[in-house]
Amino acid sequence: MTSPLAGGVDCDLHPAVPHLTALLPYLNDYWRDQVTTRGMTDLVSQSYPTNSPISSRPDWRPAQGKPGSSLDDMKTQALDRFGVSTGICNPLYGVQMVFSEDMANAFCRALNDWLVKEWLDKEPRLRGSIVIPVQSVEKSVAEIERCAKDKRFVQVLMLVMGDMPLGKRTYWPIYAAAERLGLPIGIHAGSNYHNPPTSVGWGSYHIEDYVAQAQAFQTQLTSLIVEGVFARHPNLKMVMLESGWSWLPSYLWRLHKFWRGVRMETPWVDRSPQEIVRSNIRFSLQPIDAPPDPATLNRLFDHMQSDELLLFSTDYPHWQFEGDQVLPEGISPDLVRKIMIDNPHATYPRLKQPVVA
Amino acid sequence: MARHVIAPVDELPPGTRKFLTIDERPIAIFNIKGEFFGLLNRCPHQGAALCEGPLIGLAQSSDPGEIEYTRLGEILRCPWHGWEFDIRTGQSYCDPKKFRTRAYPVNVEPGTNVVKGPYVAEILAVSVESDYVVVDL
Amino acid sequence: MNVQFRDRPAPGSSVEVKTAIADCDIHPARATASELYPFLAKRWHDHLETYGKQAYQGMMEGPPYPKAQPNASRRDAYPPEGGPQGSSLSFMQKQLLDPYNVALGVLNPLNTGQGLRNQDLSAALATAINDWQIAKWTSQDSRLKGSVVVANEDGVSAAAEIRRRAGDRNFVQVLLLSRNVEPLGQRRYWPIYEAAEEVGLPVGVHAFGFGGNPITASGWPSFYIEEMVGHSQCQQTALASIVLEGVFARHPKLKMVMIEAGFGWAPSLSWRLDKSFERLHSEVPHLKRKPSEYIRDHIFWTTQPMEDPERRDHLFDVIDWIGWDKLLFATDYPHWDFDEPTRVLPPGVSDANREAFYLGNAKKLYGIA
Repeated sequence: MTSPLAGGVDCDLHPAVPHLTALLPYLNDYWRDQVTTRGMTDLVSQSYPTNSPISSRPDWRPAQGKPGSSLDDMKTQALDRFGVSTGICNPLYGVQMVFSEDMANAFCRALNDWLVKEWLDKEPRLRGSIVIPVQSVEKSVAEIERCAKDKRFVQVLMLVMGDMPLGKRTYWPIYAAAERLGLPIGIHAGSNYHNPPTSVGWGSYHIEDYVAQAQAFQTQLTSLIVEGVFARHPNLKMVMLESGWSWLPSYLWRLHKFWRGVRMETPWVDRSPQEIVRSNIRFSLQPIDAPPDPATLNRLFDHMQSDELLLFSTDYPHWQFEGDQVLPEGISPDLVRKIMIDNPHATYPRLKQPVVA
Repeated sequence: MARHVIAPVDELPPGTRKFLTIDERPIAIFNIKGEFFGLLNRCPHQGAALCEGPLIGLAQSSDPGEIEYTRLGEILRCPWHGWEFDIRTGQSYCDPKKFRTRAYPVNVEPGTNVVKGPYVAEILAVSVESDYVVVDL
Repeated sequence: MNVQFRDRPAPGSSVEVKTAIADCDIHPARATASELYPFLAKRWHDHLETYGKQAYQGMMEGPPYPKAQPNASRRDAYPPEGGPQGSSLSFMQKQLLDPYNVALGVLNPLNTGQGLRNQDLSAALATAINDWQIAKWTSQDSRLKGSVVVANEDGVSAAAEIRRRAGDRNFVQVLLLSRNVEPLGQRRYWPIYEAAEEVGLPVGVHAFGFGGNPITASGWPSFYIEEMVGHSQCQQTALASIVLEGVFARHPKLKMVMIEAGFGWAPSLSWRLDKSFERLHSEVPHLKRKPSEYIRDHIFWTTQPMEDPERRDHLFDVIDWIGWDKLLFATDYPHWDFDEPTRVLPPGVSDANREAFYLGNAKKLYGIA
């Protein structure tokens, strides 16, 4: 078993909102009354049914309440257990699913305030991602600017399956704000279900939706690259969270091959897609969708052609690995260090900043 | 290098191209706005008849959505995978470092300076005052 | 000297391929719309001329994402006698079949009646296209074999067309598209798989089609390149659906071919399916084996567009993981992203694997001696 190195950064933790009522203290009077008078209960996305095996490892599932809802559990089971110095919280509460931009905005503000109060204030190792109401670009930018004043927010969070491909220029003010404030964009697995959750329609099963996340990351990466997001914002980093990454090399071969022949359609793409990924895109470690034998995985690492792409993550409390086997078998101590420490710090500039308690 | 006389210039008016084989090598000659260019008619990618492709301009951009379109008619798109080649230099635009198709210098020479010798019957019929297109191969 | 001067280069190819190959993805075209009329009832001629074809996307002329070349085809593939690329048998023989020594050419007609909203029209066009394949192509050149085109959104009608062609040696597979109204594993398509297994034909799933869904799970992209690259993702999700819905659990003899979506994605998809299945198998108790095992036993891939990594050992790794016995060589003639047979496979392949890749696998799958 490959042992983790102390002092790493866990780039994908999921603190859970126990129930919509937990956000009531953070809503204004109007929204608080809207929630109660209209009987809104909870925002749970189909991407993570609460009792689905993916949603929680059995030994991390609490006797009561949602997995990931206890800070004490997260400390013991994730932060202490893997000896990390920092953990980045990516709340997956289903706020992106609502259609009204006003409602989404209210919920996002409440969620971000809740994260600060219930998690960041109580545990100095934790950092946060700003959840934004993508239903409105203007309101998203305002929320980024509001939350970025707190240096413990180190990233902006978006979902991989939304209303439009993420490279679309409509979204660019979000990327401009993030780049300006030193915040990478984290794109996390999950759908707002405003479109069918696969590119060929609605399947039958939760397992189909989960497998399809990988394909969604692929089409989003294409969109971000060919629309020229990184031509406009060369210093902006984006992190693919809970995306899997074993699909990356063969995906890039195809994109590169077609880009050469249709270059004239998107002439602002002036570097090869591989170069853009190497400089601007990162991937959280879990899940590792590869066969467990080290030989095949080492070949895959060779195909990746860069040791700077992976960022350590447990994906707590999702069930991606057994026991302490968070790191792949047979990787060198050098690579462990890169994955756990160097790459995350190179990606998240705010991690270096001292935090005022 | 040997010089090969191809045709009189008025058989190759501006905007046209012709195909021929010299020493078993497939060649195409283009007349672009009065300038002559010769290319090996074989794409360095997978061997397509490159010179059957359309001529377009060069699309460049310094900002997504903005296009600077210059060099109209001087960029050859391979009829297969669409790779773009600069007709002046053979330089490709898809992967400038790696692929360049071979360009042959083409000059227009006044009729009286042409190498005299065996020539195709069609060409002999032309008046000696015409300029001849000559290829260095 | 004698310099022959031409307006077009000499037709055909200067290539001469010594060993025979299979081309498992050729796209024959009609020279004119009315070329199909002898095979179609008059009622449909009038219908087509009045109402045209309504697909699950809005444009009636040309595709929603304009192609990289006219007709998505090679510009040098226009037949000298006129008509669009791929519409002339004699030119196809001259430009493709003869110089590349194609011993087996599998026809996958596109722009037929598949993916239409009017199911009766779709069915009529399917039958007509199949009759046309025999009359114009497979009866005229024994190297060519057809695919049974079906009304792909109407399982019942599609199954009937498949059974109609049972035992007809002109056809070697059933043809579906990858983007449909629902993912291909859904039960509206189950009659197709049942019929195909019954008559002993593999089912080919060709990248493309429109099913009315945005072509990504996050809406409609802007550019043609996104659609082209995106065929890989659509094929992956279609295949995941087929596996997870238990198509192979119910039809153990059925084989399927993934056509024109590449194959580099196959190992990572298999691994992800297995990993998810390990967790979530209680949701799909009808699956008795791991997804990767179903894929291993039932799926083949045509090679075009061939993956093109900088390092060929990376390509060979991927093929090793899939299996050299699973790939079927294809050029996609006359499309622009044509893979030239002598150029696409890097050197360093054993003779046995070369033979399997270029011909052996196809002959075995399609039952050609």
